[in-house]
Amino acid sequence: MMTAPASTLTVDLTQRFPGIVSADARPGYSGFIVEKDSLIEVATAIRDEFGFDLLTAVTGVDYFPDKMEVVYHAYKTTGGPGLVFRVQVPRVDPIEVPSLINVYPGADLQEREAWDLMGIKFTGHPDLRRILMWEGFEGHPLRKDWKEPFYEEDAKPFKSRWPDGRFTMAEDKNPFKDNLKFPQDFDPEKWTPDNDESLYQTLKRYTVKDEDGLETDRIVVNMGPQHPSTHGVFRAAIMLDGETIVGLKPVVGYLHRNHDKIGERNTFLQNMPYTDRLDYFNSMSNNLGYAIAVEKLMNIPVAERADYIRVIMAELSRIQNHLVFVGMLLNDLGAMYTPALYAFEERELILDIFEAVAGSRMMCNYLRFGGVVRDVPPYVLQKIKDLVFDRLPAKTDEFERLLSENEVLVSRLKGVKVLDAETAVRYSVTGPVLRAAGVPYDLRRADPYSVYDRFDFDVAVRPNGDMYDNYAIRIDEIRQSLRILQQAVKQIPDGPINSQKPQYQVRVPAGESYGRIESPKGELAFYVVSNGKPNPWRYHVRPASFVNITALEKMCIGTKIADFVALLGMLDIVMGELDR
Amino acid sequence: MYGKGILKGLSVTWKRFWSTYLEDISWVMSGKKRYFTEEGVKHRSSKHARGIFTVQYPEEQLITPEEFRYVPFLVYDEGVDGKKEVRCTSCGICAKVCPPQCIWIVRSNDPNTGRPIPEPTEFYIDMDICMNCGFCAEYCPFDAIIMDHDFDIASYSRNVYNMEKLLKPASYYRQIRPENYARNEAERKAKETAKAAKAAGAAAQAGT
Amino acid sequence: MDNEKLSLPQYDIPDDVQNAVAITTLDRLYNWGRRSSVWPLMFGLACCAIEMIAAQAARYDMARFGMEVMRPTPRQADLMLVSGTVTKKMVPSIVRLWNQMPEPKYCVAMGACASGGGPFKEGYNVVAGIDKLIPVDVYIPGCPPTPQALIAGLIKLQQKIDKQSLRKVHWYRKGPDVMEIPVPILGPDLIDPRRNAEIKSAAAALATKESA
Repeated sequence: MMTAPASTLTVDLTQRFPGIVSADARPGYSGFIVEKDSLIEVATAIRDEFGFDLLTAVTGVDYFPDKMEVVYHAYKTTGGPGLVFRVQVPRVDPIEVPSLINVYPGADLQEREAWDLMGIKFTGHPDLRRILMWEGFEGHPLRKDWKEPFYEEDAKPFKSRWPDGRFTMAEDKNPFKDNLKFPQDFDPEKWTPDNDESLYQTLKRYTVKDEDGLETDRIVVNMGPQHPSTHGVFRAAIMLDGETIVGLKPVVGYLHRNHDKIGERNTFLQNMPYTDRLDYFNSMSNNLGYAIAVEKLMNIPVAERADYIRVIMAELSRIQNHLVFVGMLLNDLGAMYTPALYAFEERELILDIFEAVAGSRMMCNYLRFGGVVRDVPPYVLQKIKDLVFDRLPAKTDEFERLLSENEVLVSRLKGVKVLDAETAVRYSVTGPVLRAAGVPYDLRRADPYSVYDRFDFDVAVRPNGDMYDNYAIRIDEIRQSLRILQQAVKQIPDGPINSQKPQYQVRVPAGESYGRIESPKGELAFYVVSNGKPNPWRYHVRPASFVNITALEKMCIGTKIADFVALLGMLDIVMGELDR
Repeated sequence: MYGKGILKGLSVTWKRFWSTYLEDISWVMSGKKRYFTEEGVKHRSSKHARGIFTVQYPEEQLITPEEFRYVPFLVYDEGVDGKKEVRCTSCGICAKVCPPQCIWIVRSNDPNTGRPIPEPTEFYIDMDICMNCGFCAEYCPFDAIIMDHDFDIASYSRNVYNMEKLLKPASYYRQIRPENYARNEAERKAKETAKAAKAAGAAAQAGT
Repeated sequence: MDNEKLSLPQYDIPDDVQNAVAITTLDRLYNWGRRSSVWPLMFGLACCAIEMIAAQAARYDMARFGMEVMRPTPRQADLMLVSGTVTKKMVPSIVRLWNQMPEPKYCVAMGACASGGGPFKEGYNVVAGIDKLIPVDVYIPGCPPTPQALIAGLIKLQQKIDKQSLRKVHWYRKGPDVMEIPVPILGPDLIDPRRNAEIKSAAAALATKESA
């Protein structure tokens, strides 16, 4: 079933700001183009007058050779279609766009990313440093005229592979015999590295002098990138006053695998297995988000049976994600292993299903544009029924018995603030963390995609926004997912599993599309720009984890260092998605 | 009452602990073997799994589902007197569709005419780039490249597979993926009969 | 591959090792002890790390091989399982961790990314294989290797340990300890200090090529 394309023209900005805002008239595009100098004024009006309180994505697009564009996607937390507005600037350095950090604080890290990878300077941003790469790196990699060291051709498939594909290592083609690129006449011995000096400089602003002019000693503690509780290669530079956190800067990019750049070289289909490796717990959800974005652009329907299969797989992956979340959270809190081991047992059974239908436990690569790659065999459907009717409900109860009332856990979690509703929305936090703060914003209801509108389920909400609610909402969501699954496996219709013929070259008309889904970690969105060629012109992932950590500093300041690990655990970050 | 929640939790772990013994005993009483048998492994991956959950690789192995994919291999049919008839026609679709571009193919040319002949001279897959996505097998029109089930391929050096390492017989394909193999064979037969019928029809037409 | 050849029966035993029964028995004991308590560093990079955790969990249970003790500190670890994509930004930390591990130490490149860059090899922030900096003992292909494949790879590592001999292992040799690997520097791109001269000359060649 097709969801109606979200019309953004429900709001007419051109009447409110004549001469400043114009409708985007390019074929395949929607939204408004805002004059650069009035951006802050317009954005404030969009937030306050029109009620688009959640800025989900800030995306830089390089329209080589003449323009640079920054695209903003704003939504209402009450649901409904979004608003796309954009700024266009000539592609001549310095490329400057006013920062929206004071209107939407959630733009913070995304603007830093656009500066890092695109070289768009956001004037007024208080801490515009590189984020995914390191200070001192040469160039802005996502610009179309920047070529990586192993650059071969603008688009895949590469000509060297066939018909005369003699095996050559990529290293042999590079002048430095490795994945390296240095400016001409570079002398490594004369180089002075940054050594995180700029990071420590920004932390210095938290230094305070008391009334007597005494500067209290503050300690900077680096947690990560190698730390057992940071869920991967996450690093936080934390400034401490005694045991209290007074300043914190997340340092990311240790797993920056150049997803966007590789995605622009790939054909549309080739990106599908790469999306598996974003949030590697939930490859099915990632597939779904990307498929929805491209299907919107191609304007093709999805086979009905396939839509049900997609929902089943996405919800199964949500269950196993939340199970692992609870297990890992308890690990972080010091309840080593027992809950995690119990969680992994159930996860294994769910992964068995993925392995049987898709072929791989983690990297499913299961969805195709218009459907799925192969049908669910009857014996697997039976297995799914076994799990969602018998085993998982019982095991969720067991989990609750094990943990939910445990006095030690409750006293550790209850009343420890994570985020309140207002801050969460301001910082563009989505997913369970937002819902645990009392905002019932779930894309499956707020902006339904696939066939979620056919199922009867509740959006799990908890009122307090403390750690206990953040834990409990995951259990609630498992129960709601089970409800959806029980309906889906009963209702699943027979029929074809793909509305299209299997093909490896899909025709995608020119235009842009923003496909978003409620991934287990929050809003996962793909912004895809096509110019009619087999490869996307721009392919941008708006990951939930990356945007959610914008609020980390706000969450942690004033708390004790011992709570940091738990607070970070609450956000449920995954580095593959965070760093891409 | 303080401590009730803790006791509740402990009852769960306590039950789990005893269920390992109870489960083992019940299997012994019923005269079945729980370990190192296919039945036992199947039971441990079903909804009834309780007690010991471990599958003791390498002594026993999980049941590999038909669609499981690890690294790709090339299929050859065993011709008369053991000749290897490579199914690959070097059409290059796998090399084109491969997302990380880890397949290299050299197409053969007839030395006399210079025209391409449907057989690869060289075929390389860099296993250190391959992402096991299965696109090559999915889009191969000749069922010539198939995703393997064998995962015990760790080595002491880097892995670039050439033809020699990639080729495996069709009987192996049939053994690991019986359903897919049967379907492919049926499709192939149908195609051949259709072709023969068409040829016969054309011949009949030419005859009249 | 050399190691495998060494253990073939037709391999000539050197004179000085013949009749060294005591040593071989001792070797066996020594290797048995080491192979049964390979403690991995608790160190995960990317997707493969999740499969590594899964291999630790109940279904695969690496404790059966004495490998369940994941040490978060490199000082107590024997094995570095490089589980995921090695990025240029991360590699200085990885080399530092490796330098801090005491001998005898082993490195397993788990998955395509750690072995040779994997699907992300073409990326500008990716090191094409950890073996460019750290000597790797076992390569496990797969993306990601399933827990069973990981265990199969670790069994290969145990086989390698089994073939080592007290007489030959370098960590009991006299003389300076094995050289520390110089930590790479983050410059305009990743600078491996061992290759400074090479980089300088290549960059100079680039300039002459450009002007020509």
